[in-house]
Amino acid sequence: MVASSPFGSSIKRREDPRLITGAGHYTDDVRLPGMLYMAIVRSPHAHARIVNIDTSAAKAMPGVVAIYTGTDLVDMVAPVPCAWQPKNSDIKVPEYRPLAVDTVRYVGDGVAAVVAENRYMAEDAAAAIDVQYDTLPVVVHQLDAMEAGAPQLYDSVPNNVAFHFHLEGGNVDEAFQSADLTFKQRLVNQRLIPNAMETRGAVASYQRGSNELTLWCTTQNPHIVRFLMSLCTNIPETQIRVLSQDIGGGFGSKIAMQAGEMIASVVSKDLLRPIKWIEDRSENYVSTTHGRDHVDDVEVAAMKDGRVVGLKVTAYANMGAYLSTAGPGVPTWLFTVTQSGAYDIRNVASDVYGVLTNTTATDAYRGAGRPEATYLIERVMDLVAKKLNLDPTDVRRKNFIPSDAFPYSIASGAIAYDSGDYDKTLDRALEMIDYAALRKEQEQARAEGRLFGVGFSTYIEVCGLAPSAAAGAMGFGGGLYESAVVRVHPTGKVTVLTGINPQGQGEGTTFAQLLNGELGVPVDDIEIVWGDTDRVPMGWGTYGSRSTAVGGSALVFAARNVRDKMMKIGAHLLEVSPEEVVFDQGNVHVKGAPDRVKSFGEIALAAYTAWNMPEGVTPGLEESYFFDPVSNTFPFGAHVCVVEIDKDSGKADVRRYVAVDDVGNVINPMIVDGQIHGGIAQGLAQAVLETAVYDDNGQLLSGTMMDYAIPKASSFPNYELDRTVTPCPFNPMGLKGVGEAGTIASTPAIMNAIVDALSPLGVEHFDMPASPQRIWQLVHEQKGN
Amino acid sequence: MKQQVTITVNGTTHTSEVEPRLLLVHYLRDVLDLTGTHVGCDTSQCGACTIHMNGDAVKSCTVLAVQADGAEITTIEGLAKDGELHPIQEGFWEMHGLQCGFCTPGMIMTSVNLLKNNPHPTEAEIRHGLEGNLCRCTGYQNIVKAIQYAADKMNAGPAAAGDD
Repeated sequence: MVASSPFGSSIKRREDPRLITGAGHYTDDVRLPGMLYMAIVRSPHAHARIVNIDTSAAKAMPGVVAIYTGTDLVDMVAPVPCAWQPKNSDIKVPEYRPLAVDTVRYVGDGVAAVVAENRYMAEDAAAAIDVQYDTLPVVVHQLDAMEAGAPQLYDSVPNNVAFHFHLEGGNVDEAFQSADLTFKQRLVNQRLIPNAMETRGAVASYQRGSNELTLWCTTQNPHIVRFLMSLCTNIPETQIRVLSQDIGGGFGSKIAMQAGEMIASVVSKDLLRPIKWIEDRSENYVSTTHGRDHVDDVEVAAMKDGRVVGLKVTAYANMGAYLSTAGPGVPTWLFTVTQSGAYDIRNVASDVYGVLTNTTATDAYRGAGRPEATYLIERVMDLVAKKLNLDPTDVRRKNFIPSDAFPYSIASGAIAYDSGDYDKTLDRALEMIDYAALRKEQEQARAEGRLFGVGFSTYIEVCGLAPSAAAGAMGFGGGLYESAVVRVHPTGKVTVLTGINPQGQGEGTTFAQLLNGELGVPVDDIEIVWGDTDRVPMGWGTYGSRSTAVGGSALVFAARNVRDKMMKIGAHLLEVSPEEVVFDQGNVHVKGAPDRVKSFGEIALAAYTAWNMPEGVTPGLEESYFFDPVSNTFPFGAHVCVVEIDKDSGKADVRRYVAVDDVGNVINPMIVDGQIHGGIAQGLAQAVLETAVYDDNGQLLSGTMMDYAIPKASSFPNYELDRTVTPCPFNPMGLKGVGEAGTIASTPAIMNAIVDALSPLGVEHFDMPASPQRIWQLVHEQKGN
Repeated sequence: MKQQVTITVNGTTHTSEVEPRLLLVHYLRDVLDLTGTHVGCDTSQCGACTIHMNGDAVKSCTVLAVQADGAEITTIEGLAKDGELHPIQEGFWEMHGLQCGFCTPGMIMTSVNLLKNNPHPTEAEIRHGLEGNLCRCTGYQNIVKAIQYAADKMNAGPAAAGDD
């Protein structure tokens, strides 16, 4: 049995019994009578004109029902939408067809869709489609793509620059003139492939009689899918039901509209049969969005004491061959507003160029813009320390925004941090790692000729993505509030409908804990429902570490309205005024007389029988609340990584990893720790393992799990965690969010440690991934010198 | 062209006509409707499809259904006995060894085999033993703890002595 337990307890997850017994229900587990299977033929060329598509042999194969090309789909479905077109930019959005018409622009661009009686037949027929291509020059790297004479992807996008974005605050030129130290550094944040363990996919079923499309898909935001699908297919939003329940990981790669979902939907409408399309992993590597891929030129102005007074960033973001749904928002707003990190830097200027290339489109990947910014500023802090011969923790403390300066508006004024106490997390981390002893150990190691490094990351992040007015001001094509319905049934059981859409973050448990705290209902009597647009009124989904801070708060407000109504009904049944009763663990009793009581169940039943309601109170016991906070939340923390490098193999071994995070109040510590663990591993993996590699022809060389280095159980050691608690003042429970913190923090922590380890060899910076090969080269190059 | 196979899955014997190229994982999922076994890659890296075949953990995406003719198969659906979770399943629940749950069935089936072959593994042996299974959510720390939990429980239990 799951214990009934309030806010702050590590209760076991209610999601788990089905998931550990094989009873989860993911998109590929959906089976419908008469269902057909769709396979997509994808371009093997990164840039080519389609000369001819011969489907005749494929059409004649057994089990083949229909074949569609890009031209066939033009009248059936609109282009894949780009729903975040940043303000402060001159964005040009090229047309992205779900299946290419005339020209393919990346390896993996869809060319034809084959529908057959089973998957094997569909794949056989896909292989029999003969596409003739006339290849075109290819450009893969964003800096190459901006050069004069580079291959052009679209006539409508000169020099392949889809947008230039600018954000500035203070007086940057003056800061650089008055600084003691100025320097420039290029930082490359490599391309990554999200690799959610469940690939993308969809099952679309169009019913002729009701004109209704039911779409099962693996998405982080089903209501956004419904809204955009309606716009793209002309099926009214009232006739579309999107279902998305068990989701095998997202990490940002399940936010964007996927061409495959759109094709499956209109093909189902065309054939009047259910259509299943599930990416295989090789397909996922090219057809689902990638992440990061920045070249960042940073200029720094600092004073002798380590204070950073000015920051200039010019970023070149590789957007891939088209602009994905939220893609442009990532390197613009999400990147630039966190650039000054935990530090009081009053003069900051950012320019971002979004560049189109013959590669898979980029979009959000765990952290989305904030890891790029955090890597940048945390490397800058270490570079300043190195150049001024200061301790990296002293430079950080010198620059920290003081704890009494919140809410703190960043230099550009674009956002204000909610609350923070940055010294506190750093103090605790240094205590846990025993900093003085660690530096002595390092001295000893260096004396022995060993490469031993210590790295810090005192990060902040923007979480709880909201409020809607900010979303609008940033050009996001939607709101960022969240909705909740709390429905108390006549038996006293409670259903919660929430607009968030978790992919393993555990809100099926933590939201029940929140409700238990508000209404006293046992956790076992609560059902949390998400991922069904016919049940949940509205929602923007789970990303940007927003679910608990925004969606959980909506739930709390809805629950409080339920409680108020229960107090009115309870008071009426007790024949006193509502002011004379208290709500205590689900029961309503007369103040000072706990035995004059109506139980939760009695009041619930009374609300539905409605035999004896107070005047002006309507029957039923259900409240809906749309919560739009006034601010984002800003979790923060201090991570310390200790590495030792094996000179012979080049491998950087993580000796210790200490993380002290402040995510505001914590509902379930076990779940929060789990989010931090997974996040740290993902961030460390960027630094030392993962990288998407294209050759000059635009072929993805790291296109399978054999070639792309996902961390294994043996990659990293156990992490040592602790927390401080600085509540967010802008939501009722003081929640900040935790989903991305570990990833944002850990990449610079380990890179700073590796650079520190190599610093006796004269290394001041090198770019990720710090693979054994790269480190080995560095060690041996420096020896050669 | 189709071939007849007789395969015992979770104690029930099934005889089916299958294409020779049908993968065992597709046989389990699509023919027997046992969807607890997942497909996470197409190169045998991820281990989400791990099942037990004649007592060994195998990746069912790398075995043809016809190769399993006559075999005894256990899938995640058959691991709990009489409604009682296997200690490994219990460990994953107790120690928060899963988040999205997609890798979990394969991870659990591998872990059962790991403890069968090595009832007293060190942390390093556990981490090494999971080389063939990928998890993108947990960072593995709690998966390791889940297996340690199960090892402790199984070693303390009455069945520990003489259990292979």
